[in-house]
Amino acid sequence: MAIVTPSRPEALAPADRLDTPTRFLRRPTGYTKGLWGWLTTVDHKKIGLMYMGTAFIFFMIGGFEALLLRIQLGSPDNTFLRADTYNQVFTMHGTTMIFLVIMPLSAGLANYLLPIMIGARDVAFPRLNAAGYWIFLVGGLFMYSSFLLGGAPNGGWFGYVPLSRNMPGHNIDYWVFGLQILGIASLTGAVNLIVTVINMRAPGMSLMRMPIFVWMSLVAQFLLLFAIPVITVALFLLNFDRLFSTNFFNVAAGSDPLLWQHLFWLFGHPEVYILILPAMGIVSEVLPVFTRKPLFGYQVMVFSGIAIGFMGWGVWAHHMFATGLGPVAVSAFSASTMFIAVPTGVKIFNWIATMWKGKITFSTPFLFAVGFVAMFTIGGLSGVTHGVVPADTQQTDTYYIVAHFHYVLFGGSMFGLFSGAYYWWPKFTGRLLNDRIGKVHFWLMLIGFNMTFGPFHILGLQGMPRRIYTYPAGRGWDVWNMVSTIGSFVIAASVLTFIYNIYKSRNSPLVGDDPWDARTLEWTVPSPPPEYNFKEIPLITSRDELWHRKYTEDEHGRAVRRELPEAQPVMAGTEVEPSGEAHEGPDLLGADVGHGGEGAEEHEPHIHMPSPSYWPLMVALGLPIICYGMIYKVWAVAIIGGIWTMSSIYAWALEPATAPEDTPVHGPDTAGHDVEAVPAS
Amino acid sequence: MRRNRRLAALSATVFLFLAACAKNAPQTTLKPKGDVARRIDHLINPVFLVAAVVFVLVEGLIVICLVRFRARPDSPEPEQIHGNSRLEVGWTLAPAVILLLVAIPTIKTIFDLARKPADAVNITITGHQFWWEIHYDDLGVTTANELRMPAGRPVEITLHSDDVIHSFWIPPLGGKTDVVPGRSNHMHYEADAPGTYLGQCTEFCGASHANMRARAIAMNPVDFDAWVAGQKAGPVTPPAGSLAEAGMNIFTSRGCAGCHTVEGLTAGKVGPNLTHFATRTSFAGSIFDNNDANLHTWLGDPQAVKPGNKMIIPGAKLNPDEINKLVAYLDSLH
Repeated sequence: MAIVTPSRPEALAPADRLDTPTRFLRRPTGYTKGLWGWLTTVDHKKIGLMYMGTAFIFFMIGGFEALLLRIQLGSPDNTFLRADTYNQVFTMHGTTMIFLVIMPLSAGLANYLLPIMIGARDVAFPRLNAAGYWIFLVGGLFMYSSFLLGGAPNGGWFGYVPLSRNMPGHNIDYWVFGLQILGIASLTGAVNLIVTVINMRAPGMSLMRMPIFVWMSLVAQFLLLFAIPVITVALFLLNFDRLFSTNFFNVAAGSDPLLWQHLFWLFGHPEVYILILPAMGIVSEVLPVFTRKPLFGYQVMVFSGIAIGFMGWGVWAHHMFATGLGPVAVSAFSASTMFIAVPTGVKIFNWIATMWKGKITFSTPFLFAVGFVAMFTIGGLSGVTHGVVPADTQQTDTYYIVAHFHYVLFGGSMFGLFSGAYYWWPKFTGRLLNDRIGKVHFWLMLIGFNMTFGPFHILGLQGMPRRIYTYPAGRGWDVWNMVSTIGSFVIAASVLTFIYNIYKSRNSPLVGDDPWDARTLEWTVPSPPPEYNFKEIPLITSRDELWHRKYTEDEHGRAVRRELPEAQPVMAGTEVEPSGEAHEGPDLLGADVGHGGEGAEEHEPHIHMPSPSYWPLMVALGLPIICYGMIYKVWAVAIIGGIWTMSSIYAWALEPATAPEDTPVHGPDTAGHDVEAVPAS
Repeated sequence: MRRNRRLAALSATVFLFLAACAKNAPQTTLKPKGDVARRIDHLINPVFLVAAVVFVLVEGLIVICLVRFRARPDSPEPEQIHGNSRLEVGWTLAPAVILLLVAIPTIKTIFDLARKPADAVNITITGHQFWWEIHYDDLGVTTANELRMPAGRPVEITLHSDDVIHSFWIPPLGGKTDVVPGRSNHMHYEADAPGTYLGQCTEFCGASHANMRARAIAMNPVDFDAWVAGQKAGPVTPPAGSLAEAGMNIFTSRGCAGCHTVEGLTAGKVGPNLTHFATRTSFAGSIFDNNDANLHTWLGDPQAVKPGNKMIIPGAKLNPDEINKLVAYLDSLH
């Protein structure tokens, strides 16, 4: 980039050797299709789809693990899983669902949608974006390779020292290194999306006109940016203890095991909001569309999201109420924990107010969004009871808390993400998922979810601890455990229904750009969107831009369809009725609508897009090699991996953004890195 | 129909909570049997009630929305309401006030429970993978897994760990406190009446975390004093020529002595002190009732029934004859 000597870039980039016979060494271009096209893509939409597809596969793996756990606990004194196997499975279930499912699902969705929702043609750092995905993928595969290489991590997703420091075998090492790799992926994603949202909004897209999903994702990315370094430090310390016998967590040498807990939860609590905020954003997009009303109290929704983001840093020790912090610290964290419920409660009431006096259509995305509000409320209320510290000493580390966070992360995050999946599926594919099958999916999931996790409240209050592989009969736990196990299979059936729906949707008819009569910019572009998203960078005049292009309000404030045909984009200068939204801001009429400084000329049919690159993939592939080398202390392997990664980073840095042979390319469907815009069909 | 389903789901949830209180669950937190547990119960019950009211309010509003505002063929386009500052301030402040009202008694109870009770029996409990060592500081008595305590009198417990983090918890008597290596944590319990109260370790501590249980046995003060006297009495020596004596010889020759203390005989420190083993109601992290059948199972293959525990018998497994003798010896340790 900056260090490239502009005089002879071609000498530095192997991609320039046009006549190289092998495909591997030739730089991929916009023409590159098929598997190689996916491996080298820098298109944020393809990357987003890969994120979501991979995360969904991990969701099925994590769900399979959950079924194993539930079979084992279905009856007392069961011997289906041995103790150590159970401990591996529950550790990987938690780690998978958090790091390999919900985080990448949100990351993938944000990747796909954020640029389109803010009127950009791409993210700020397309190759970094690709690197983020590949690093996530290899991190997940690396961690799962432990099952074949001596046993999976078995210290819990929280990895408390000194247990995780002292456990023999390499199980925990896979967890530590795997999380480090995944941390890199999250950090690159966070930097990329933050810069994209801040710098690449279309003219007129002021911060307070951004769709709420963009806002909530932005807050989540900031949380990631600051939270990942904390866990990285903690993991490094643990890693050094395990590999090189340092004393960071060695109690015999005077270390305090609570250091780990403070670091872990200083990451771990913001992490909870990283998992839930994007889902809150999804729900805030979906409810208005299916009630045909704007989001109630947009400003309050934005600021409560930001408030949650800030307050999320001040509650970490509520995971440690039983550790002996003393009454003063405990009281402070008790109060902060209760008060983070305030901005959360505001959101719930605003969602209800959004539905109030609306015109509600019960499509599948809406059902999942309402399911989110209803289930998340339960998780929020049980969360408040945890803030009552003396009661928390009865609840923590029991199934009551397992119930709590499943209501937040499954009833919350996953319901939100399923809502988003049904809602944006036609944007991704051009085809709707079947609504009838979707409703079967929803009801099975809602019933199965409550059957599985509702009884956990009771089991916890009846004194059943979490993370136990077996329990004796006669504790009064048998019945509810069996109910829960049956419920978990109902959830499994609902997920299979979803897969069947996806399979069936391949033949459903194409539905056009805006099947839901929606409100935001992504519905102005074709489904699926072309590589460059927007033929012309849109000019934004209001929040809910698309809605205001289609509708105005009559004297009673009711929506009235405009005369203007909706396909015709509102060009700068067309009269747009004041819509109760802010209209201040510079007149951007005719302004140079640049693309991240790469300078798409205004109204220029040739759209300049970055070329694909295989270096992000190469960078990612080196990381597990380093980790395997370090785990088994075969230093040569680690060094080879290090050289691999470093040289890939250099090659990437020296590679021009656009492949020289990729230009000039004209004509439809080339996607090459000058793209001629195709007229919207 | 959808409304009915939702109502059914709601009433089912309420039913679940009601049912929770009616079941026979010896480890439950919902039926306090001592002062600490009762204070917690009194604190949380009104909060549960408030939560239930909020739950009904929110879910009720959702149901009302879904019923009243569903699109009908003749529904007009809705009014485009962008917000209402007064309402939003209202439902920001209302929860804040409710939470403040919850926070005040919470913080008061936190400080109340942190005070060391007067006239307490001082006990040090040390967590081991996967059992509890229980030492009575002022009485000079050491036992394992079973917290004997006089009913009606508090016990002040100091918590240490020998290896990893555990958490000591007897739910009917009160909340849990983590057992953190390198730290001394404190907690206290008090039992209203004589009885056996079940608990277990609640911080994941390794392979047999599930097999690290505990009991509190509250006794009449008179019985408690008698128990203390029995524990302080010297060790029992089996009569010459008895099966128990043969067992004692196995105990010293097959490696048991390396880990277990029997006062006057051996001084091992890895496993529980067995001097008065026969007075205990349970063993092996309180997962077994103390009877001959269970002792046979345990001694036959300790790793099979409690994976990862540190009882590894050197050399060959104990044969049935050796086990018979050992059981006789253990039964004699009153």
